Amino acid sequence: MKVSITVNGTIQEKDVEPRTLLAHFLRDHLQLTGTNIGCDTSSCGACTVHLDGEAIKSCTVLAVQADGGSVTTIEGLTKDGVMHPMQQAFMENHGLQCGYCTPGMVMASIGLLNENPNPTEEEVRLGLEGNLCRCTGYHNIVKSVLAAAKK
Amino acid sequence: MIPAAFDYQRASSAAEAISLVGQYGDEAKFLAGGHSLLPLMKLRLAQPAMLIDIGRIKDLSYIKDGGDFIAIGALTRHMDVEKSALVLKEVPLLAHAAGCVGDAQVRHRGTIGGSLAHADSASDLPATTLALGATYVAQGPNGERLIAAADFYKGFLESALKPDEMLTEIRVPKMNGAKWGFEKFNRRAQDWAIVGVAAWRSKDASGVALVNMGSTPILATSVSEALKSGASVGDASEMAATEAEPQDDLNASSEYRVHLAKVLVRRALEKASA
Repeated sequence: MKVSITVNGTIQEKDVEPRTLLAHFLRDHLQLTGTNIGCDTSSCGACTVHLDGEAIKSCTVLAVQADGGSVTTIEGLTKDGVMHPMQQAFMENHGLQCGYCTPGMVMASIGLLNENPNPTEEEVRLGLEGNLCRCTGYHNIVKSVLAAAKK
Repeated sequence: MIPAAFDYQRASSAAEAISLVGQYGDEAKFLAGGHSLLPLMKLRLAQPAMLIDIGRIKDLSYIKDGGDFIAIGALTRHMDVEKSALVLKEVPLLAHAAGCVGDAQVRHRGTIGGSLAHADSASDLPATTLALGATYVAQGPNGERLIAAADFYKGFLESALKPDEMLTEIRVPKMNGAKWGFEKFNRRAQDWAIVGVAAWRSKDASGVALVNMGSTPILATSVSEALKSGASVGDASEMAATEAEPQDDLNASSEYRVHLAKVLVRRALEKASA
């Protein structure tokens, strides 16, 4: 089936099987491998991207469901070589250890601040409940998000 | 994990969706937000030959004041139920429970109708709408019919919906200021409840329903009857598992679930009685 999905500002027209997951569409059809697949069961959040401005888990959305929509991945955050304030905050606050959960964490965190620009620490922890860090680096992740909220 | 191959059609209205499902019969499944169905399909626990995508039917996503109830379109997403000023004001227990479903990403995609039609006793919203005495509207080839939440859940992942019927609206009675409690016991923040409780209480009535205490959501009528006859919250909570048939699984034994139900019903009712 033909789909037309705007990914990081560029319209991508591809012929996909209906069963193609958005995560695979991004990684295998567009070679945008910044979006990681972790648990593959809608739990870990590593595959989080934005669909029409909202954080979603791309392992649990079909590409055909995103047809006509607009997707932003971690690759779409940098503008003219300058990192997104959330990426900057993760770097400055050591908000990552192994880095596997980081693209999903950053996308979920931006989504969180879009909906709640000035969250408390508790709201950040609750808001990121859909993202798991196997290094258990949550303390600095939360610190990063709170720092980004102040920017 | 990749689902087994299937054919895919989009419906632009409820009528079109029902006509399509009539055409394809048992092989077809409705796809709303996909957050119950797609995980099952990825695990190959479900392998429908045809998915009818109803997720784009815009006119089934709404929250309206229906007089003595709030009417919620079946395709309204959990996040929209959770944040709706109308739901927060008139049915705060439902807004809270919707906010306990999965996580933010899941709530951006999952729909109330999808969750109820999936009829998973471990989900939060079947039990919550059951406690609140909701009525579901189902549309089929011959028009609409109303199904009380109490008559909807027939067995494990089995509802009263006929194969060619689609859930279109959920009508939830206004709480009129009744107090409420919602308890969800799990080991990881986003998990399904090992046991959950949705409860509300007004001066002369109450509603208590249990999550994951059997193959269907359970209405704990014995608790409400005990409260009505003057029992204390503590004594009424002892009746929590009377209607339940809790299962043993990796998370909890049946006995432990009974214990949890009593404790969680007490906590929920304490909040609803404060």
